[in-house]
Amino acid sequence: MPDTKPVFQKLKNIIKLKNVWFSYNGQPVLKEVSFDVRQGEFLAIIGPNGGGKTTLLKLMLGLIKPDQGAIRVMGCTPPLSSPNIGYVPQDVHINSRFPISTLDVVLMGRLRHGRKLSRHSAKDRRDALQAIDKMGMNGFCDHRIGELSGGQRQRIFIARALVTNPEILFLDEPTSSIDTQGQADFFDLLKHLNRSITIVVVSHDLMMLSSHIKSIACVNQKVHYHDEAEITDEMVDMYHCPVELIAHGFPHRVLKKH
Amino acid sequence: MLEALQFEFMRNALMAGLLASLICGVIGTLVVVNRIAFFAGGIAHASYGGIGLSFFFGLPYLIGTMGFSIAAALFMAAITYKNRHRADTVIGVVWAAGMALGILLLDLTPGYNVDLMSYLFGSILSVPNAELWQMLVLCILLILTVAFYYNDLLAMSYDEEFARLRGVPVRLLYFLLIGMVAVSVVMIIRVVGLILVIALLTIPPYIAEKYSRSLLIMMVLSGILSALFTLAGLCFSYSFNLTSGASIIMVATTVFSLVQIFEYCQKPFRKKCDNQG
Repeated sequence: MPDTKPVFQKLKNIIKLKNVWFSYNGQPVLKEVSFDVRQGEFLAIIGPNGGGKTTLLKLMLGLIKPDQGAIRVMGCTPPLSSPNIGYVPQDVHINSRFPISTLDVVLMGRLRHGRKLSRHSAKDRRDALQAIDKMGMNGFCDHRIGELSGGQRQRIFIARALVTNPEILFLDEPTSSIDTQGQADFFDLLKHLNRSITIVVVSHDLMMLSSHIKSIACVNQKVHYHDEAEITDEMVDMYHCPVELIAHGFPHRVLKKH
Repeated sequence: MLEALQFEFMRNALMAGLLASLICGVIGTLVVVNRIAFFAGGIAHASYGGIGLSFFFGLPYLIGTMGFSIAAALFMAAITYKNRHRADTVIGVVWAAGMALGILLLDLTPGYNVDLMSYLFGSILSVPNAELWQMLVLCILLILTVAFYYNDLLAMSYDEEFARLRGVPVRLLYFLLIGMVAVSVVMIIRVVGLILVIALLTIPPYIAEKYSRSLLIMMVLSGILSALFTLAGLCFSYSFNLTSGASIIMVATTVFSLVQIFEYCQKPFRKKCDNQG
């Protein structure tokens, strides 16, 4: 297997959270969250539903502000870093009838704050087509987004997130509408992207964590961060249920007794 | 039929109908894709309060009605923006309150007042030239605004969260959209009536959506469809001496039903093709 050239010259903490608290309607959702994410990492955020995973993601994206504590993404507070962030939201089928082509969906990634006229430039179109090509979705530019399968849609959403060459890619439950084989292919794709982009994936399904994952953050109001992709008693207790693992290739995971 | 065109009122009715169709095509598309048809209905009904206000205080129609409608619309927008789950209840309240306010104010105004029937079904056959010019100006302004913000509006309508993340001023655009709906609704009610406004805002875009590959195409198709409905409706009302507004609605509804039946019948054929393919 060919050696991949290291893209990152020095490892630095690209995301920093310190003592972050967040409540919703007076109910605490996240407490005392402190951890750092290194550049080049492939982080999985896991945890039970309602535990605060999506909230944590939204805090890192800058869509919501913490009640207490500090968050720094690439050195600034999240809303300011958003031009350099790629975001792939969960594929909810609400707008599947929407009259929009896949090219226009990807072009949405080129929008930015303070653009005078909201017309896309020729460069915008070129970059969008390039991103679509990178995702192997070349023939689909004019198709309506609703005509695509779940897996194809996800590729388009990734293209939309990549069109501005982000430093970090955030994905929210990206495999919820993809079948098992598709999921394996999907994580291979993410591993390929991880060579030059830091990746943060939110997933509530421990069963489908790929071995490509480098680190794990378990969220259930509090966050336990694990540098190695190893399941510990702590994590198992948090889920309050037995967990199974599927490993690709050489398993480097250990399932603790429970 | 064509001899009707020698009458100025008929020519004006045609122009008014066409301008209304154009406005409804653009704004109606945005209403349907943003799922704010009920909101538009609320604005339309609440605007009756503005009419009451205009008569009671002796204000010029445009200022009184437009001002009140925009205020009511922005008020509803402010409340519903934060609380999407109970939005329809709030709209329902303003809907009824606005209308009731209008009726009460008209009760208290001495003299001859505009009657409710012409408000419900419009007075397309008595459109003065001045109003045609106002509609034309409004139409141009609306199209220019939508063209300027097209990609931002598209992003907001399709994926608001992503748009916000990219720095699109989503909140501002939402209020702008509601403002445009309010202004359009008030202008068009005068011409085609309260009942018809909602029909023209929703039926053509609903039909057009299936056949549109982009929002722009949907707007153009909706505009063309509502123009055709208006034309046919006016023809029927002239030939058979029927209420013009209601005739237009019936044409739109008939086509809507035919399209639905056509879609339904196509399904087993499609399945057969998929099985054989």
